[in-house]
Amino acid sequence: MPTSLRRLLRHETILAALVVVALVVLATQSERFFTAANILNQGRLMAEAGLVALTMTFVIITGGIDLSVGSILGLAAILVGVLWKNLGLALPVAMVLAVGAGGLAGLVNGLIVTRFKVPPLIATLATLALYRGLAEGISQSRSVRGYPEWFYALGQGDAAGMPVQVWILLVATVAAAGILGLTTFGRATYAVGANETAARFSGVAVDRTRLLIYTASGLMSGLAAVIFVSRVTTTRSDMGSGLELDVITAVVLGGTSIFGGKGTVVGTVLGLVLIQALRSGLSLAGVKGDGTIVVIGLVLIGAILVSNVFGRDGDG
Amino acid sequence: MEAVAAAAPARKGGRLARLFGAYGQELVILGALLALMVVSGTVNRRFLGENNLNSIFSGNAYVAVAAIGMSMVIIAGHIDVSVGSLIGVLATISGTLAVRGYPIWVAWLASVLVGIAVEAFTGALIAYARIPAIVVTLGMLSILKGGLISATQGAWITNLPPGFLLAQFRFLGILSPVWFAAVLTVLAALWMRYTAVGRSIYAIGGNPDAARAAGIQTRPTVVLVFAIHGFFAGIAAVLFGTQLQVIQSTVPPNLELNVITASVIGGVSILGGTGTVIGSTLAAVLFGAIGSSLIFLNVSAYWLKAVLGLMILATVLADMARRSRAS
Repeated sequence: MPTSLRRLLRHETILAALVVVALVVLATQSERFFTAANILNQGRLMAEAGLVALTMTFVIITGGIDLSVGSILGLAAILVGVLWKNLGLALPVAMVLAVGAGGLAGLVNGLIVTRFKVPPLIATLATLALYRGLAEGISQSRSVRGYPEWFYALGQGDAAGMPVQVWILLVATVAAAGILGLTTFGRATYAVGANETAARFSGVAVDRTRLLIYTASGLMSGLAAVIFVSRVTTTRSDMGSGLELDVITAVVLGGTSIFGGKGTVVGTVLGLVLIQALRSGLSLAGVKGDGTIVVIGLVLIGAILVSNVFGRDGDG
Repeated sequence: MEAVAAAAPARKGGRLARLFGAYGQELVILGALLALMVVSGTVNRRFLGENNLNSIFSGNAYVAVAAIGMSMVIIAGHIDVSVGSLIGVLATISGTLAVRGYPIWVAWLASVLVGIAVEAFTGALIAYARIPAIVVTLGMLSILKGGLISATQGAWITNLPPGFLLAQFRFLGILSPVWFAAVLTVLAALWMRYTAVGRSIYAIGGNPDAARAAGIQTRPTVVLVFAIHGFFAGIAAVLFGTQLQVIQSTVPPNLELNVITASVIGGVSILGGTGTVIGSTLAAVLFGAIGSSLIFLNVSAYWLKAVLGLMILATVLADMARRSRAS
């Protein structure tokens, strides 16, 4: 296959085509699908998973995985409530501390993976249980409500015609794409995932790269938690359960190789958009929420199947 | 190398060191289980009462049975995150057939056969379409979960015929799930250790290229491993669905994580190639026992999961320390 044709058939292109087809088909099913209101609202709903998916892209490119993101989100969410309501801290302080706690949880993941050489799947499987348990224990499974009005701006307000969290997601996406594509750190991320030993011998600080990435994953889950709490106006300890599967689905759908060394932020964003478009479009077309999960599963398998058939480049 | 050590039938001398080398993780789990029994039993006599032991062993047997198949999948170098959803689907199919008046053996058999079919399909996508197992099974998770809720709308299945409730049968005074878990574990362990096909699972997980070069049909073997995993999921689903008088027609939350955790804590390396199903069964029982003992030791129910998570982490770290010392 000539190089130009192969480049044309790379995963992101196939995915972008799939997104366009999905948008067109879904738009014919309901008049309300292609309205500004619906698109902005979908952006609002997508922001939390989107933020976490950005750092998950880095994690998976290093050949790792972070199953604990949903639990970190739950833990950070209840910390916002408990620190503010039960300990009487100022709400902005509670928000910062909650995001910081997310970062700390991510740092612990990173330490377990780098210091103790525990495979990331196992390490984060264990902390998935641990962090969710801490969330349940600290909150005693009680929810916290009644936040001040200004706090809801983050999750429900608009700025310059767009939901606030969509701006946050946009900035984070540009930053993530820049770091991954243009910086030494980004190159190191690919190097760690492609061949760890070679990366080590080339002078890449493998452990430090991993540690930073897992910490960032925790921080991002903490940030997503604060936005989530602001959007739904309450905190509960079961928030974010199952988030890890949604996020990993988006990243993998976006063409990031689960074996590491390959993937882009653009792909992840396309994956997110496709999933969110399917959710919204199918529900507007009258398909129940559970039916859309089935379609997302089929699309995930189908997209990877098609890209395997076209893009045979030796791995797989 | 550890695969060879674990699988080599060379411990006839019964040397303690060699036994520990081959079954280190299994012995650690067994030791932890016994220690837990003694401590909890001393603090609270009722912990070792017949009712509680029954609920620990029988109540977690379905996890142990599912973990047998999961262990084989992981030893072959793959993973299945859809098994919890599959068990929910199979239990619902089986219960629906029983309520609609089909013979009870048909209801039971349907769970096993559908389990085999679904997982064989999953295995074929992995082996022949070369899609990574985590991707295929993530997709299957969505499909099975969404399909189940769409089909049932979450309605509970009630009025199950008494003859259908397999998990409540007793044989020699012991509940049937315990028998299933014990007998299936022993059979699977012997099969994996002494048959050519069983050994080839270790070979594929240890080094697929070397396995292929050694003349092992890797692709059909992967499909077979997943089909066997589906067989165990089918039995686990019947045991899970017949514990109570109703089937809730939903996916049991976090079941796939419990099953994977049991396999991995039981000594199956996530990197493939090593481990035994004995370890995963012991680990499944250990988790049940930990959960129960925390209740008997008056730990607040809200902290249960945190303590359990800490213990999983401690076991993982201890295992890594043991491995690095061994190598």
